[in-house]
Amino acid sequence: MRNRRTFAGAAALGFALAVSLAACGTDSGGDSGADSEEQAAEEQGGFTPPDIPMASELGDNEGALSVLAWPGYAEDGSTDKSVDWVTPFEEETGCQVDVKYFGTSDEAVTLMKSGQYDVVSASGDATLRLIAAGDVAPVNTDLIPNYADEWDFLKDRPWNSVNGQMYGVPHGYGANLLMYNTDVVSPEPTSWGAVFDGAADYSGKVTSYDSPIYIADAALYLMKTQPDLGIEDPYALDADQLAAAVDLLKAQREHVGEYWSDYLKEIQAFQTGDSVIGTTWQVIVNLAEADTPVKAILPEEGATGWSDTWMIGADTEHPNCSYAWLNHITSPEANAAVAEWFGEAPANSKACDLTSEGFCDSYHAGDEAYAEQIHYWTTPIEQCLDGRTDVTCTTYQEWTQAWTEIKG
Amino acid sequence: MLWLGVAYLGALAALFITALWTANGFTGNIERTWTLDNFRELFSQEVYRTITIRTLLTAVGVTIIDAVIAFPVALYMAKVASPRAQRLLVIAILTPLWASYLVKAYAWRGMFSSSGPIDWLLSPFGLSSPGYGLFATVVTLSYLWLPYMILPMYAGLERLPNSLLEASADLGAGAGVTMRRVILPVLFPAVVAGSIFAFSLTLGDYIAVQIVGGANQMLGNVIYDNVLKGNNLPFAAAVATIPVVIMLVYLAAVRRTGALENL
Repeated sequence: MRNRRTFAGAAALGFALAVSLAACGTDSGGDSGADSEEQAAEEQGGFTPPDIPMASELGDNEGALSVLAWPGYAEDGSTDKSVDWVTPFEEETGCQVDVKYFGTSDEAVTLMKSGQYDVVSASGDATLRLIAAGDVAPVNTDLIPNYADEWDFLKDRPWNSVNGQMYGVPHGYGANLLMYNTDVVSPEPTSWGAVFDGAADYSGKVTSYDSPIYIADAALYLMKTQPDLGIEDPYALDADQLAAAVDLLKAQREHVGEYWSDYLKEIQAFQTGDSVIGTTWQVIVNLAEADTPVKAILPEEGATGWSDTWMIGADTEHPNCSYAWLNHITSPEANAAVAEWFGEAPANSKACDLTSEGFCDSYHAGDEAYAEQIHYWTTPIEQCLDGRTDVTCTTYQEWTQAWTEIKG
Repeated sequence: MLWLGVAYLGALAALFITALWTANGFTGNIERTWTLDNFRELFSQEVYRTITIRTLLTAVGVTIIDAVIAFPVALYMAKVASPRAQRLLVIAILTPLWASYLVKAYAWRGMFSSSGPIDWLLSPFGLSSPGYGLFATVVTLSYLWLPYMILPMYAGLERLPNSLLEASADLGAGAGVTMRRVILPVLFPAVVAGSIFAFSLTLGDYIAVQIVGGANQMLGNVIYDNVLKGNNLPFAAAVATIPVVIMLVYLAAVRRTGALENL
């Protein structure tokens, strides 16, 4: 009995402690909560990012840098000996690089919140969320000499700047592709229909990207195949359009063997034959090609894609190494190497002189008109991105819930 | 005891409180306003009910499979094997625990892959590997938690004096009756202890499902996705209260049987 009383006492104490902690949180957190709500509401119109100081000059390098990157964006030669742009950086600047890869933009946003990373390669569906949350700092592009060589059509874009202030440096852009096993899949697919309406042919062996942003791929397909729905932009879906995309994905779910967000898992699934067709990135094709008969195409409907930005964490303890990294990764040499390895168009106009013959042409690097055709990942918000004002669009949070529902 | 209460129950209370907040849909920052929205959504959306039931059934399935497999193994170890063989068997049961969880889960991924050993074994019979999915998940989890079931059962049976079995036989009971009226009642607390491990570990698991579960998701995955992908910590906290409630109910039921006192 005595024992039990101590236990109850401890329980009460524990609860009281938690409550008091929570109460403190309510007091001090109330303001910031209201702030971010305001920001979200103001987003699109006059959205005011939190006041984060910007570096005005550089000092000595701190000797360490922690990089949060898409797989393949920070190679140090461990994957492939000839693919290495981290070691030259370390030798040149003395900043010891520590790389963490992430699989989805959401993961990047969550990890950046931890404040443990100095720089991040963020896609358009992560950048504004990071800026609005105060997780990244404005970037002083005057301190980055290579910025001047980057294509102008990538600068001051809605996904990498706010009110004319850059929050990072452009890295490169590319499209999500359709990969298939050439031994199994015939005839050769030309359309995303192969993983939607035609998914039944490869039932149980279809794979899809495991992120709510994949809803945009379905929306893009509907945009081309069902014009009645009136989808203009796959990231601006009203409730009915989202429902149509969700239905399409639920039908696809019946035939999906696995969803992937870990690129190694997709490679392995293609190797063992557990997946034979599905969405992919060029870098995955490059890695899988070695021992699996796979091919990737850009389907006729066009594709969703990414335009990435290197950003600097708001709480970084290594600002000088961070700036050094941003300058290094946008240098013609490094930018060319990343672009070729990952399979995307580089952001530095001089990089194309260093890539292999015909590479930049095949990715239409620098071709502004082509670049506008890719539907870059952006965060869906209440104000329709396609300019409609008579309806409210679905937010990313709604997409997230829809995604759980799709997977079932 | 006091600190355990503060640390453990305090964390649980903090979890429950977080569940009453919301996350900003755009930035993912937590907004500390009190609301029951998370729970409302949890109960109104059918998908969460489906996932809860799927998780619960998987946990029950894994527990039963483990209990059924563990019983003969534990019985042989405790009552039939020579002391030397007994030691070797205990080592054999414990060895897999030294290997990483991930290594074992990935090994099963290889087993179930469409060009893997299971497919190879079944192909002469015109069958193919069941592939990744719930079945593979149940098998993998049963394998992973089996030692946690065998060990308490073995300990329980070892405490059972042989004289009791002999007395039962002397009084004319057959093997079946001895099993039912002597062995099982003594073993019951051990089974309960083992089932708490297998059941609760399965209830919270999300890694094995990701590796061999195909496109299926469990409660653990929903929590994981909301923390790491959805940037919605409060909703994840709301989902996390489901397994807590299930375990509380389970433990209360176990307590009523009195098995905990006999451990």
